[in-house]
Amino acid sequence: MPAASQLNVQIPSDTTEALAVQEQIVALMEKHDYSMRDIFAMRLSLEEGITNAIKHGNGGDPNKKVSISADVSDERLRVEVADEGEGFDPKDVPDPTDIDFIDRACGRGLMLMRAYLNSFEYSEGGTKLTMERERNSELPIIDDDDD
Amino acid sequence: MSEQRLDIEEVGSVTVARFLDKKILDEANIDKIGQELFGLVEEDGRKQIVLDFSLVEYLSSAALGKLITMHKKVTAAGGKCALCNIQKDIMDVFKITQLHKVLTLCGDLDDALSKF
Repeated sequence: MPAASQLNVQIPSDTTEALAVQEQIVALMEKHDYSMRDIFAMRLSLEEGITNAIKHGNGGDPNKKVSISADVSDERLRVEVADEGEGFDPKDVPDPTDIDFIDRACGRGLMLMRAYLNSFEYSEGGTKLTMERERNSELPIIDDDDD
Repeated sequence: MSEQRLDIEEVGSVTVARFLDKKILDEANIDKIGQELFGLVEEDGRKQIVLDFSLVEYLSSAALGKLITMHKKVTAAGGKCALCNIQKDIMDVFKITQLHKVLTLCGDLDDALSKF
């Protein structure tokens, strides 16, 4: 059983740099033989979490950084994403499935992360995101009743 | 001239736009895709559009935003937009966000074309 793999990086507020970090974390997941389902879930969650830190946290300010750390074991994957912004309260983000917001073009990132992650939490005033997914997690649970 | 993100084909009166990217994730790419999509309606005046997802393996919330805006633009122009060949993982994203109730999601291309 390989030892857990770690990654610690700091990137500027640049989504191209964020994609490169995603690929590094996916490579660690592949090293630990995670399934395509797990990789899909984490790639999507990483995209949403890091993009939020860059765009909404740091406001795209090129002078501000995003710190990303990942710990990938055979059992689970834990990623922390910290920005240098003012923070926010996730409770202030409206439910994008609400009838008043369903056709808005933004606001679905938090919902997707909640659906695909076993643990999802903003701390330090909303400037730090911690996300975890267990290997072979059943998530997301899809309700097919209302197709 | 930047690289095209969509392959465009005319099937009768319907425009079929196939996404050429496997991953519709990063902002710059999504903005380009949005420009090409919106151009179909705003510049070319097309109103009957099928979006073919057969190559798409990943899709972020920012991409969903472009699809919603596209849906609104086509509807406002008096037209219709249908999505087809959506892989299961991508369909899950639509269901989680409840957008399967807003957008017209179809099976294969023939199914989508039958909606017009």
